[in-house]
Amino acid sequence: MSRIPGGKRLEWAGIVLIALALAVLPFALAAAFGQTWVRVVNLALLYAMLALGLNIVVGFAGLLDLGYIAFYAVGAYLYALLASPQFGVHLPFWITLPLGFLVAAFFGVLLGAPTLKLRGDYLAIVTLGFGEIIRIFLNNLNAPVNITNGPQGINLVDPLKIGAFSFSTRETLLGVDFTGPQKYYYALLALTLGIIVLNTRLQDSRIGRAWEAIREDEIAARAMGINTRNIKLLAFAMGASFGGLAGGLFASIQGFISPESFSLLESITVLSMVVLGGMGNIAGVILGAVLLTALPEVIRFTVVPAQEAVFGKVIVDPEAIRMLLFGLALILVMLFRPAGLWPATLRKREFAR
Amino acid sequence: MNCSRFCLAATAVLLFLGIGGCSEDKKSQPAPKAGSAEMKTVDVTIGVVAPLTGPQSHIGKDLENAVRLAAEDANAAKISVGGSVLKFQIMAEDDQADPKMAPVVAQKLADARVNAVVGHFNSGTTIPASKIYSDAGIPQISPSATNPKYTEQGFRTAFRVVANDNQQGKVVGEYIAKDLKSKALAIIDDRTAYGQGVADVVQKSATAAGTKVVAREYTTDKSTDFKAILTKIKSRKPDVIFFGGIDTQAGPMLKQMKSLGISAQYVGADGIQSTELFKLGGDAVEGTLASFPGLPLDRMPQGKSFGERYRTKWNQDVVLYAPQGYDAFNVFIEAMKKAGSTEPAKFLPELARIDYGGITGPIRFDEKGDIKDGPITMFKAVGGKWVPVATIGGPAPAAEKK
Amino acid sequence: MDILLQQLINGITLGSIYALVALGYTMVYGIVGLINFAHGELVMVGALTALSVIQALMTSGLGLPPAVIVLAGLLVAVPVCMLLAYAMERIAYRPLRGAPRLAPLITAIGVSIVLQNLAMLVWGRSYFSFPGVVNVTTYSVGGAAVTDQQIVIVLLAAALMAGLLVVVHRTRLGLAMRATAENSTVAGLMGVDANRVIVAAFLLGAALAAIAGLMVSAYYGIAHYYMGFMLGLKAFTAAVLGGIGNLAGAMLGGLLLGVIESLGAGYIGDLTGDVLGSNYQDVFAFFVLILVLTIRPSGLLGERISERA
Repeated sequence: MSRIPGGKRLEWAGIVLIALALAVLPFALAAAFGQTWVRVVNLALLYAMLALGLNIVVGFAGLLDLGYIAFYAVGAYLYALLASPQFGVHLPFWITLPLGFLVAAFFGVLLGAPTLKLRGDYLAIVTLGFGEIIRIFLNNLNAPVNITNGPQGINLVDPLKIGAFSFSTRETLLGVDFTGPQKYYYALLALTLGIIVLNTRLQDSRIGRAWEAIREDEIAARAMGINTRNIKLLAFAMGASFGGLAGGLFASIQGFISPESFSLLESITVLSMVVLGGMGNIAGVILGAVLLTALPEVIRFTVVPAQEAVFGKVIVDPEAIRMLLFGLALILVMLFRPAGLWPATLRKREFAR
Repeated sequence: MNCSRFCLAATAVLLFLGIGGCSEDKKSQPAPKAGSAEMKTVDVTIGVVAPLTGPQSHIGKDLENAVRLAAEDANAAKISVGGSVLKFQIMAEDDQADPKMAPVVAQKLADARVNAVVGHFNSGTTIPASKIYSDAGIPQISPSATNPKYTEQGFRTAFRVVANDNQQGKVVGEYIAKDLKSKALAIIDDRTAYGQGVADVVQKSATAAGTKVVAREYTTDKSTDFKAILTKIKSRKPDVIFFGGIDTQAGPMLKQMKSLGISAQYVGADGIQSTELFKLGGDAVEGTLASFPGLPLDRMPQGKSFGERYRTKWNQDVVLYAPQGYDAFNVFIEAMKKAGSTEPAKFLPELARIDYGGITGPIRFDEKGDIKDGPITMFKAVGGKWVPVATIGGPAPAAEKK
Repeated sequence: MDILLQQLINGITLGSIYALVALGYTMVYGIVGLINFAHGELVMVGALTALSVIQALMTSGLGLPPAVIVLAGLLVAVPVCMLLAYAMERIAYRPLRGAPRLAPLITAIGVSIVLQNLAMLVWGRSYFSFPGVVNVTTYSVGGAAVTDQQIVIVLLAAALMAGLLVVVHRTRLGLAMRATAENSTVAGLMGVDANRVIVAAFLLGAALAAIAGLMVSAYYGIAHYYMGFMLGLKAFTAAVLGGIGNLAGAMLGGLLLGVIESLGAGYIGDLTGDVLGSNYQDVFAFFVLILVLTIRPSGLLGERISERA
């Protein structure tokens, strides 16, 4: 596995370095730039989870899903409904998060089932339709029975709690001052690493290879005896489940969810992270997630003051600039580097012309 | 291959930190103290949050202007608290009317340990942000958020200086039933937190006052086609149609009502009470009624003089909630004076029992943080302008205070 | 059932607009096999361009008759949209002709986002009111209100569709388009320049989109930078409903979808005992889409297409 001079020892050194950097990251950020950036990193980790989940569907199995955010929404709402004043139920996270995981997987199968016979473009549009349907239902299920509280969303969602230890409060542990976002960072980091390990294992397993076969040529795969229907459904289910997990975490961190956070634009954003980062490559999609979460913040922090300094007022909306660059990035990547910034070696060959 | 992977990963992490560093917003650095030999000065930073970019930026900017004017006035007045003269600074932040941005911006202000916050503008952003201010113990007064939830969360730091939608909706519902003497009411809402909230309350209060609701229809805040629901409503023959939503839907809706030949009286809440409505609906707007949680500028105790000072300073007229923003700022000062301290923990209790005469009128808060006796004005669209036709609630107008 | 007639009239008008836009989708898909995600944005650009021209002319004080003002708006909007479509095809889609299906779809999404935000930068985020150029007269027909606007829209759409059919079935260009749609390699061998045909499809679709844009903003009285998205999605649904790649199918699909939506929004409350209301209006299009693709993927008028690899 080691192909660099100095061998395994250098690799281990690299791993230790990165581990250290990740371990102290929230404190470095908070000390230097404030809690806001810790929150941004947490958001990046959430998106990384989403990107990894979508990567299974799009990257491993080659099924274009434009409604992926629906699973995020399912996980978030499930958590919120079971841990907030909405129904007066306050289940602990070790029930609600896994439940979100499973229910999202179920929805994945539900949404995937009608799409099994569809070709790429149609699959995309149908999944888009599903995503929108779920959002519209979430926005309207407050009459006649109030389930989701409609457009007002669900507020005062319980944060992650282990007994009396809450993840959202600021406290001092072992002499170090931890703020809420910093505590959440470690929880998110641990779960993200878990998902990464799971994905790596999946990729090299029989299932992973089956997905690859389907992606390359479905008819040949079927001829080889692969049960394409079940394998595809498994892809949807697994991808969706990670989305559901991320959704539950999102609800607990934010404390407030509303249907607005689960729009088509979010689905496209997550898809872009996968595509830009490198479809099928675990490290690539994480890079995509980090880049696409951090850059908009950077743009916001630089563009507005820059315009005010030069023109005296904001002429161009930073939101417009962000989306414009976004769209351009999609086009440019597809034209010049369609396998993504950090491509999986297999994909590179597929896209080479 | 492996080396490049690790190098790339390490570089990515470092780059990220570097990017974060380069783009650090300098505004969050506390300003240096400017002390003179004789007087001690204390810096007080008040945050103001509103949509400063995007479709509502004209309203957001208006708020920022008002608060800056208030700070200027306060600095000129050399207010002294606890033996030091207060030097006010403003930290203005843009939440883009986006509920996802609101907590981020709020966290920024909390990290900067501002003394108080005037904001946010929309209910959808004020509510999520309020949790952060509450956790940080920073008093917050919203000049415009009307969703009742904001003060129902039980946060001791959450206040507002306008009537909320429960009060607004109740007044409108009763007005429809008693003043318009409606027998058949149709209600449409745009399925947003605001629109649906206000429509529900109107439905309840109108029904309680004896009006029959003959239709309840829904649209979205991005729709342009209302023909289907208007046709259905037309068949139920209402005499009043209430719309919970904003001017961007109300305008085309009024036009389509006209083309379908519907002649019912159209009523809305503060979301449609804007000058934009006339542009969007043309002459179909004539005769529309809309409520507003507050008084028209010239009916406020010091409205006229404020309007003139605002125009002199900023070269434009007050857009909407500037007077409320100005008052919110000054309510904070009043509380600080009463407590003899600029520390949030110390002046928060004074804030809760404040009794202040602002340019919008007397300001007192109830135990939830809502303003007591908030007046509500009904406006009618006449000749391309909004004309006040009734003021409900609120104390009797006082003489101009100095 | 006195509102049935009214809802039908509303539905047919709406459907005519959907049909015009659906034609653009179906032409491009039939020949290139690409869902032009950004087609809805062409409608939006057409609407806003026409609006700007019309507003400028009205406030210029030249005192031109309304018909001329509207025509002028059209005459500017159509070339602008055609130019945009040409740029799209050349810059973003042509280089990806041979690429796996994923690539042009993602590019199309990117183009759509870019166009939306360019429009936002040029025209701003606010909603624009369509100026009252022409006075709208309402006629009462059997208890329902029909405006002359609606009549013009339906008739004009029908005329344009007929015109398109003439082009496709009676001209050499149309012949070339049909040949390329059936089998581009063989058509190439027969001397048909595929690039020219594809560009022609894009341009025709764009022209129809621009006109549809003007119709939509006039009919609803409003236009803004985000209006293309939902409209495009629904028009695509209409195209699929009728059988993608089939012109008559697009027209039928459009009309049907318009009627389904109007009737659905009008009657769903009664049908479900007010459990579901008109707030679910947008869901109809998506349900129809999913239903059609699950049960009869070739659409109403489409032939059974075999699975192309």
